[in-house]
Amino acid sequence: MKRHLSLILPLVAIALAPLGLKNYGTYLLTLWCVYVMAGMGLNLTVGYAGQMSIGHAAFLGIGAYTAAILMKLGLAFWFVLPLAALLCFAVGLALGFPALRVQHHYLAFATLGFNVLVYLFIRNEEWLTGGTFGIPGIQRPGLPGLSLEGSRPFFYFTYLSTILLALILWWVIRSPWGRAFAALRDNPIRAESLGVNIMAYTLLAFAIGAAFAGIAGAYFALLVQFIEPAPFHVTASLMMLLMVIVGGSGKFFGPMLGAALVILLPEWLRFMKDWYLVIFGLAVVALMIWLPGGLLSIPEKFRFKRT
Amino acid sequence: MVDFLQLVISGAATGAIYALAALGFTLLWQASGTINFAQGEFVMIPAFITLLGLSFGMPLWLAFALACLAAAAITGYGFKKVVVDPLIRHGVIPLVIATLGLSIGVKNLVKASYSAEAQPFPNLFPDTLFSIGTLRISVYDIGTLALAGAIVFGLQAFLNKTITGRAMQAVAQNTEAATVLGINVRRMVLYVFLINALLAAVAALLVTPTYLAKFDMGDTIGLKAFYAAIIGGFNQTRGALLGGVLVGVLENLMGAYVSPAYKEGVALMLFLVVILFKPEGLLGKVEERKV
Repeated sequence: MKRHLSLILPLVAIALAPLGLKNYGTYLLTLWCVYVMAGMGLNLTVGYAGQMSIGHAAFLGIGAYTAAILMKLGLAFWFVLPLAALLCFAVGLALGFPALRVQHHYLAFATLGFNVLVYLFIRNEEWLTGGTFGIPGIQRPGLPGLSLEGSRPFFYFTYLSTILLALILWWVIRSPWGRAFAALRDNPIRAESLGVNIMAYTLLAFAIGAAFAGIAGAYFALLVQFIEPAPFHVTASLMMLLMVIVGGSGKFFGPMLGAALVILLPEWLRFMKDWYLVIFGLAVVALMIWLPGGLLSIPEKFRFKRT
Repeated sequence: MVDFLQLVISGAATGAIYALAALGFTLLWQASGTINFAQGEFVMIPAFITLLGLSFGMPLWLAFALACLAAAAITGYGFKKVVVDPLIRHGVIPLVIATLGLSIGVKNLVKASYSAEAQPFPNLFPDTLFSIGTLRISVYDIGTLALAGAIVFGLQAFLNKTITGRAMQAVAQNTEAATVLGINVRRMVLYVFLINALLAAVAALLVTPTYLAKFDMGDTIGLKAFYAAIIGGFNQTRGALLGGVLVGVLENLMGAYVSPAYKEGVALMLFLVVILFKPEGLLGKVEERKV
């Protein structure tokens, strides 16, 4: 019961938060939801399958631009959303296949380079993506009898979608598939000897993670209504990776906490300007030294010390 | 044809600088299993220390010597003691994340405390051109190529011919066996960190006149160094040079003949081709997996 309560209370608190917030606050909270969606996907790749991915913002970008371009052509969001997810899934498979032939750091580098390439493509191919001018005027969809144009209704729409996506992730992790992911991370060679096909499962974890980012990207396009290349740069990927690790990689709620630290905290600490990132960067180093499992591993550390 | 040769030479000069950073990166990986995502910042720091020295009226050589000392102390010894030593037992990912954090922290430290603007940096070699027939070559490119090449081959000779160098290689190949043979493993690993810091400092001296000293100048060179290291072969010293020069030359040719917009993508293309067909790199040896 206590466990359920500790889950429901924050959920309700976040749902009530926009009532006391102005437009910008609600916007930030929605942005947080978007990064939680993407972060959950990255967590599957990094935390559960144990692979480094430094190109998650590229998938966010593919999702956002797919949604924006197709919706500009007149297609409905409900049709575009699964398309964005599928496209990212397919691209994830195509990118992961050569990179995962070799272990670990190669996926990190391949995704990093992929991100650079996607960024260049978005910036240079003006006929398709509008280049640095971006794509303005993206319309939010409506539900029957309900407009999502306002910042508050759109927040609830995104919030519910995030919860739905979280439930899907929960199901994936609990399934035999998800357990195979964890087995891979903890001891790949043992997992292989038990008949788990390392390559296939890691590839799948990576591609599903990419699909999550694609969905997040589509919501991102709706949220900002004007997309340009900057949010999909490699730096954004690094920030997303830090979100997952700082929150606690391999912990279900890690990305939620991490995204809050990266999205919401800088807003309150705005007076610090560039110094915020100085402290953030060095705090990450300190965190890794003392708590390599991320912030959510603090309770474990305490329990371990007491016994 | 003349254009082509000129592009190759200037590309090779840029590539030789990538190779210096890549070489340090490779050595670090061999000796301690560290993937350093702050390698670009290790180039940026000496550049700014040199600038600081120059602003006090020091001549370039003295400012650079100061930068080398500072690099050895901060990005060599300090990096090893403060970041790598406590983290190495947790495995690769926490260490990689820590170097990422370090990269963000240091970059913004320079941005917040020094300047966000690009700073001019004095040329080590004169920027004059000389001609061989119709071929026009800049002294700067030749000087860069010669200095970087000399350092890479000098280092190679040091690693292969001297006792200390061979001991360092032994540590890289098999730490346990090296310990049994009475090699001071800790000292050898420290040497590697110092060499990496100094290589990055030299790269800074050569690259900053063209890139300008800016807090985020390390992003590009760090990225190219990774690719150069992997293309050439992650566990080979000569590989870094080959990879660096290859990336530099191809980028130049791509920029001139295909599309300047995709110049940056060349390293990635080459990288994907290499890991698809020869994952150990062009000059690399296959590594056995340990259970």
